[in-house]
Amino acid sequence: MSETSSRKPDTAPEFTFGPSAQATAGTLGTPPAAAHVDTKVSEVRQFLLARGNSSLADRSFGGLMLVCALSIFAIVALIAVELIIRSQMSWHKFGISFFYKFNIDPDTHLPVFWDPVNGIFYALPFVYGTLVTSLVALVIAVPLALGVAIFLTEMCPAFLRGPLAFMTELLAAIPSVVYGLWAVFVLVPLLRVNINPFFIAIFNNSTVVKIFGWTGLVGPTGLFGGDNYGLGILAAGVILAVMILPIISSLTREVMNAVPHSQREAVLALGATRWEMIRMGVLRNARIGIVGSIILGLGRALGETMAVAMVIGSRPDISRSLLSLGNTMASVIANEFSEASDDLYLSALIEIGLALFIVTIIVNALARVLVWAVTRGTPARVS
Amino acid sequence: MRGVTDHVATGLSVLATILVIAPLVIIFAYIVYMGASSLNWAFFTQPPKPVGELGGGMANAIVGSAVLLAVASALGVPVGIGGGIYLAEFGRGTRLANAIRFTADVLNGVPSIVMGIAVYSLIVVPQHHFSAFSGGVALGIMMVPTVTRTTEEMLLMVPNSVREAALGLGVPNWRSVLSITLRTASPGVITGCMLAFARVAGETAPLIFTALGNQFWSVSLNHEIAALPLQIYVYAMSPYDEWHRLAWAGALVLIALIVIAVSLVRFVASRGILKGAS
Repeated sequence: MSETSSRKPDTAPEFTFGPSAQATAGTLGTPPAAAHVDTKVSEVRQFLLARGNSSLADRSFGGLMLVCALSIFAIVALIAVELIIRSQMSWHKFGISFFYKFNIDPDTHLPVFWDPVNGIFYALPFVYGTLVTSLVALVIAVPLALGVAIFLTEMCPAFLRGPLAFMTELLAAIPSVVYGLWAVFVLVPLLRVNINPFFIAIFNNSTVVKIFGWTGLVGPTGLFGGDNYGLGILAAGVILAVMILPIISSLTREVMNAVPHSQREAVLALGATRWEMIRMGVLRNARIGIVGSIILGLGRALGETMAVAMVIGSRPDISRSLLSLGNTMASVIANEFSEASDDLYLSALIEIGLALFIVTIIVNALARVLVWAVTRGTPARVS
Repeated sequence: MRGVTDHVATGLSVLATILVIAPLVIIFAYIVYMGASSLNWAFFTQPPKPVGELGGGMANAIVGSAVLLAVASALGVPVGIGGGIYLAEFGRGTRLANAIRFTADVLNGVPSIVMGIAVYSLIVVPQHHFSAFSGGVALGIMMVPTVTRTTEEMLLMVPNSVREAALGLGVPNWRSVLSITLRTASPGVITGCMLAFARVAGETAPLIFTALGNQFWSVSLNHEIAALPLQIYVYAMSPYDEWHRLAWAGALVLIALIVIAVSLVRFVASRGILKGAS
């Protein structure tokens, strides 16, 4: 495989050099006398011999570039190997139950997941925290991102399109820690004082509890029960939503732009309104890519570290309430890695990192395949 | 009825756009406002003062970030450009190149904190101490996939006739790639590198357990070193108002860096500097 690809570059210069060198030698060098050629080499021949053969240089240059390209495989392998080696201790002690088991405290009869002092390490609350914050982020971000993408590709006046697209691009590049800074000083107080009390009032309203009590989502043990710190799962979900919005919307825009214009024109020609054109001509053709971009946003949300670590409150517990403090897989590593004193603690944190690595690889690979399926230039399927 | 649906859908998507753009503008304006009101000359020239004293700056963190980014660029940029050259010039269309491209895209989505752990166990654990070098390596690794992909995209924009002209003049292939193709695409490649640079400049997670941070001056590769995003994180989580002020100023400096990089990329892409070569 690598043999053929490293050889390929050489064909280009050989193709241009080889024949021309032979041709000059043939026309200029041979006519006098075939026997005397060895004694007097033609000038052109001399020149060509003097400047040397570039195939060695070409081949080594191509090889060097190949090594650079292969370093990407090496990085992935390196990460995997290092994480697997360093998480051996935790893996041997807890096995696969690391991700779903927990101990029961004999005194309080409450579950104990993560107690570094007593050497108890089960990652369930972090898996839960990661899933719930990502879910909250997707619920908020996906409808908005789709709306923005539809507006920008199908409805936006041309003079607004450039600046708006530029802004979403810019916002995708703002560092996580800056979003975290903003969340700590603006979002958390805002949630605590203005937004959370509103939802608490609705979810604990006696009529609402009477009607929807059977779902378990309302009342003091529901989604908005418990203490209101401002920090917590909801704050993390909201800041994640803000962070993944630009990513989802710009990728969705890309996918929608890849839908051929003939599709739109065909639907419009049948007498469809603009919305029907978008629904039937664009969204239906781009749906695979849209799902891909949402999954890519999910991948980003799963691994987002700093902003979440700053607002989630860092508590290894599982609670149904969105107001409760929690921890995600990424944030627990950021929050506790530097204080991990013994080897088992460190090993458990690295195992969480390994799980995060594997999950994000799978999620990202899936998303890339889906987005490629649409934007690669394959004609949109009509169904 | 269909007309009503159409209007409702239009209204909803306009509403969504406003709902998204307005808060984002507010976030941005707020950061700029808070940062600008706390930024002063001392921020760039003085190291942090002890808790309780007013004033001080993040000079050591700015220098630290510069050191880390220099190490990262020295590692990530050549390897990334090399990878991009391979994908665009040598491996075009081969299955190996597709696999590398795909892996680079996937690697781009791997959380930075995972990179941090990997470098921690690769360099910090055997050395038994945190170091600026390990932080730079972590950031450099993160630059590789981004630089590879942007370099490839920029090289693909160079018209084939340029390559053919060089080869036709008898220039060896390696020379043609380096001084003709790469040179033609260099504005794009450089801005791509700047984009990767700006992205890792704001990374905090991989530095927590590699560079670790430092309250004092240090430029040694062998010791803990301060970094701007790390300092912002520590100061934001601290209970002191003076430190919060410095954190906002730091955030503004980071954002200014990123705005410049992103604008440059857009400028190059929109002006079509590359097209002029054909």
